[in-house]
Amino acid sequence: MMTATRLKPGYLAVLALLLAAPAVIYPVLLMKILCFAVFACAFNLLLGYTGLLSFGHAAFLGSAAYLTGHALKVWELPTLAGLLLGTAGAAALGWAVGTLAIRRQGIYFAMSTLALSQLMFFLFLKSEFTGGEDGLQSVPRGTLLGIDLSSDTHLYYLVLGLSLSAFWLIHRTIHSPFGQVLKAIRENEPRALSLGYDVDRYKLLAFVLSAAISGLAGALKTLVFTFTTLSDAHWHTSGEVVLMTLLGGVGTVLGPVVGAAVIVTLQNELADKVGSLVTVIMGFIFAACVLAFRRGMVGEAIGLYKRMIGEKTP
Amino acid sequence: MIELFGVPLPALLGQLTLGLVNGSFYAVLSLGLAVIFGMLHIINFSHGACYMMGALFTWMAMEYFGLGYWWSLLLVPLSVAIVGILIERLLLQRLYKLDYLYALLLTFGIALMLEGGFRAWLGVAGQPYSIPAELAGALDLGFMMLPKYRAWVIVASLTVCLLTWYMIERTRLGAYLRAATENPALTQAFGINVPVMVMLTYAFGVGLAGLAGVLAAPTTQVSPLMGSNLIIVVFAVVVIGGMGSILGSVLTGLGLGVVEGLTKVFYPEASAVVVFLIMAIVLWFRPAGLFGKAA
Repeated sequence: MMTATRLKPGYLAVLALLLAAPAVIYPVLLMKILCFAVFACAFNLLLGYTGLLSFGHAAFLGSAAYLTGHALKVWELPTLAGLLLGTAGAAALGWAVGTLAIRRQGIYFAMSTLALSQLMFFLFLKSEFTGGEDGLQSVPRGTLLGIDLSSDTHLYYLVLGLSLSAFWLIHRTIHSPFGQVLKAIRENEPRALSLGYDVDRYKLLAFVLSAAISGLAGALKTLVFTFTTLSDAHWHTSGEVVLMTLLGGVGTVLGPVVGAAVIVTLQNELADKVGSLVTVIMGFIFAACVLAFRRGMVGEAIGLYKRMIGEKTP
Repeated sequence: MIELFGVPLPALLGQLTLGLVNGSFYAVLSLGLAVIFGMLHIINFSHGACYMMGALFTWMAMEYFGLGYWWSLLLVPLSVAIVGILIERLLLQRLYKLDYLYALLLTFGIALMLEGGFRAWLGVAGQPYSIPAELAGALDLGFMMLPKYRAWVIVASLTVCLLTWYMIERTRLGAYLRAATENPALTQAFGINVPVMVMLTYAFGVGLAGLAGVLAAPTTQVSPLMGSNLIIVVFAVVVIGGMGSILGSVLTGLGLGVVEGLTKVFYPEASAVVVFLIMAIVLWFRPAGLFGKAA
């Protein structure tokens, strides 16, 4: 009821566009964008709203992708159970990584998460169940409520539904009292601590939540592509999600979605044309964002809008 | 043949020296990170790319200009330092007033550009670089054969680390540097050009990475990808040791290299992850790091 009364025409229009989109755009590309948008939003919950820069988020994406793939292919679980298992696995891993990493602040936190995700990468590389360098191939998509998901269009609506739920969950989290405490920690950690908040517990909860939603993104990604490779768990992917968030706008609700859409489309367009120069372009966008464009696309747009209606920007 | 814990002694000593060689690289690289961090309060993500550049420049000097190892040892760290000066003057210095995060992300972007650029130019295939004639062969120590080049890498790295320590802790220049770290505004007021010192510190730090690259060129396949995995291990080394003390970073680097070498002998499956596991244990029991002060 509450959401129904709050739905603005703008949201309805976006929803209608998303529902109609597979008729115009290749559904697999759309689903890839949605997966990375969920991933980037989950990452932004940490960086944008808690002030924690995790450089190891690929570990959660990758572990859930492998877990879901294994559950569907080898254990032959139903699709929904596989997705749930992947998400839960990523949450558990997030708890373990988070418990260790939040013991250090700032730069050390970033370096610890990167190193711990590299640890996971080597474990995946050596493990039997991941298929090592070949990856996990031909994962069945299965069915949901009798609907065959091997059709890209059918799967698109499942991915869309789950992505929207994830966005909604993140949105609710940010605007809840819990989210307010997270922002307080971001702004001034010692003050939040002295106000009596158990800062480490809040950070850990945010970390686990972020890892779980990243896991959902990874699980969905396996379903979309029907395979998983080591690159999902590689530090390059951790860097990509930072870039998507930064380009879209750190600490804005829509920013990561826009960033993910731009980067995925860009990679899709460029992959065949420029080969390994893609990395150079990504690096260049990174540098450009950091030097000239720190509020990101959505952040700059909001700033422009506020200037136009005559509101002072800080 | 003498055996120790069921492993032939020469194999054990061989892995031990290899571990020391890797440990020397960790030491020089984490020292560079610590020097930069001490002065600029940023973590240089492009450190691995600078190490890679050091090795690539060494190979290119031989390939394109016919310059040998000893010339490279002199010129390559200088040229990597010049690249560092360019990065610092053109890009990094714009970010000093901002959150640490932005410098980290900028240097990450620079690392991607350097790695991707060299990959597009030279491909990913590793290039061989031969050990200079003076250091080829091995010393017979009686109980083992010690390849001369390994001994050279260890001695050269340790000398460089000691010189760096001496320069920072015992010379006038080092005193200025420490003063500028402690209170840049006041140091500037005493007539010391702090921005230039910051620039030179960054150049020195990445120059060290370049030097490690030169030393590494004959021990490994020279390729544009050689820096990125190494730098993550070095980050773990830095988390373990903390960046507060120069000798601390050197000892941690060497020690972890040895531990890694020994793991290769006794439990090879774990050798790629042992440093990360140690980091996890240290984070759990001593979050501030072995040589770090509690926050």
